[in-house]
Amino acid sequence: MVSFTNVVFYIFIFLSVYAQVFFLVTFFENRKKIITRNGRTSLLSYPAVTVVVPCWNEEETVSKTVRSLLDLNYPADKLKIFLIDDGSTDDTWDAIRRFENYPNIKIFHKENGGKYTALNLGLQHTETEFFGALDADSFADPESLARIMSYFEKDPNIMAVAPSVVVSEPKTFIQNVQTTEYFMGIYLKKMLGFLGAINVTPGPLTIFKKKVFDDLGPYSRGHNAEDMEIAYRMQKNRYKIEHCHDAYVYTNTPRTVRNLYRQRLRWIYGFINNTIDYRDVLFRKKYGNFALFTLPTGIISIFSVGYLFGRIIFNFGNFLYKKTVAFHTIGFHLPSIGKLYSSFDLFFINTQSFVFLVVLIYILVIFSMMFGKQMAEKKWSFSLSMLYFFPVFSLIAPFWLFKALYSTVVKRRPAWR
Amino acid sequence: MTSNVDWKKYFIVFLITVALFLTAAYLSNYFGGKKINELKSIQDKLSIDILSSETQFSLLSELSCKNVSDSVFSSELEELGNKLEWSEQNLGNTDEVNYLKKYYSLLQIKDYLLSKKIAERCKVKSAFILYFYTTAENCSECERESLVLSNLRDKYPGLRVYSFDYSIDLSAVKAMLSIYKIKDTELPAVVLDDEVLTGFHGIDELEQKVQTSFKLQEVKPGDAPKKS
Repeated sequence: MVSFTNVVFYIFIFLSVYAQVFFLVTFFENRKKIITRNGRTSLLSYPAVTVVVPCWNEEETVSKTVRSLLDLNYPADKLKIFLIDDGSTDDTWDAIRRFENYPNIKIFHKENGGKYTALNLGLQHTETEFFGALDADSFADPESLARIMSYFEKDPNIMAVAPSVVVSEPKTFIQNVQTTEYFMGIYLKKMLGFLGAINVTPGPLTIFKKKVFDDLGPYSRGHNAEDMEIAYRMQKNRYKIEHCHDAYVYTNTPRTVRNLYRQRLRWIYGFINNTIDYRDVLFRKKYGNFALFTLPTGIISIFSVGYLFGRIIFNFGNFLYKKTVAFHTIGFHLPSIGKLYSSFDLFFINTQSFVFLVVLIYILVIFSMMFGKQMAEKKWSFSLSMLYFFPVFSLIAPFWLFKALYSTVVKRRPAWR
Repeated sequence: MTSNVDWKKYFIVFLITVALFLTAAYLSNYFGGKKINELKSIQDKLSIDILSSETQFSLLSELSCKNVSDSVFSSELEELGNKLEWSEQNLGNTDEVNYLKKYYSLLQIKDYLLSKKIAERCKVKSAFILYFYTTAENCSECERESLVLSNLRDKYPGLRVYSFDYSIDLSAVKAMLSIYKIKDTELPAVVLDDEVLTGFHGIDELEQKVQTSFKLQEVKPGDAPKKS
């Protein structure tokens, strides 16, 4: 008899394979368009850009962030930099003030009101055609802005361009896992870009046409994921978002699982709640692949991670139960190595269909990581963290997932940090 | 910006995914079939071996105990049993697996009868346990009893354990069930030296009985072990 849980299991596998194949087909359709540039990028014209750096207790990294902006390969008179202290309680303000004499830097200080309020203050003072933000824990590659701007030059319909976000100097184990995850993110975002279905315009250096905000209004809180909310709003109004894969921005990532948990809780909570807010977009053909692919895939992945976790816990519990029963029945009994060796037999390798499909999903995910890495580092290479990404994330992701669902139900918004 | 939904692509990806599923199902079937064939070939070999021993035994009678006592198939039967159990859990309760299970039960009975004869006539030190369990319902005591018995079998190489699924549709097994008057409400059931023990029996109790069974043979070699 086919059990209910098995049917659910195969449905999730089917949907996961579908999503992966969809990305792969998109890749093969567009692979010739993915050209990674080397050296200095030059543009026909250099439109004026305002980059806002919202800071809240970022004394340690903000100087490096500002220096990376000053080192951009972009004419200084065309680049306005706003440093906005959103009521920091540490020495961020002092760190910012060291830059106040630069001709193209303006500094602001305001009461703490959340990142979106700092961004909106920047927007109010923006007089340039282009606007962007750079999180104060991230550093722009010197070529990044020019490469992003080349997209606007190429296609006047583009309203926003997101860069490739790469993990800056990973040191801890959990940072290495995230490095791999971000590589995969670059690949996925590029494919979503081809599909016209990007759902986040990340805080690290996404550049918008100022017109977006003039037309659609300023940033909103967006459940503490304002960079997701604005992307949803743009998609709803069918404003084109592109991904510039060879514009690199390096970002600091959480060093510990605890901090990662907080960050992801905020992201997933933002995803769930923004999707709920924009639920009328879902499956509506006129909103394109964003409504038919990106959002459903995100929703399905939340359910599959939850389901998979339940399955792992159930199997593990079952295993423990069996071992306990065995212990109570016959006492502690270790089979000898010889017996284990002789009982090894190819016969006992599981060959149910799902095994082949799970292996296939693994291979496709590893491909996406390797290709993402190729786009980021211009070389094909395999790293061990690609293998342990899956087990590590499938064990810890459910925690922030369930917490985010719980917080959504009880309507409690998670804090930033 | 116009919505650029490429329905053809959604459909093609769907077809590719279905094709991948079918491929996975085909592979699974292929390897499942290979496993069934492996089981069949083990059974065929065992069946020939048992038949040949029986024939040899009948031909030579008591004269050639030495040759006959070599024909102990315990490990092969055990391997077959393990693989069948695994197949039942992982390949599903298919007709083929069921058929193989019947065949296996029959081989066990034949092995039991033959080994018993050899033990009696040739003074081979051995003890026999017939074990009845059920898979028709969730029988946690059966699982525990199985653990006890496989543990005992590891400890005493001379102990031969034959296990039978109560719900199997095989007349030979049904005959044994009626000989020992075993009812489905009393499972698991263990038959040791013609004594029927129903319900769960712990390792200490059974171990003692197994040792006694071995001793019985030592005291009165050649006698059919009968419990008073």
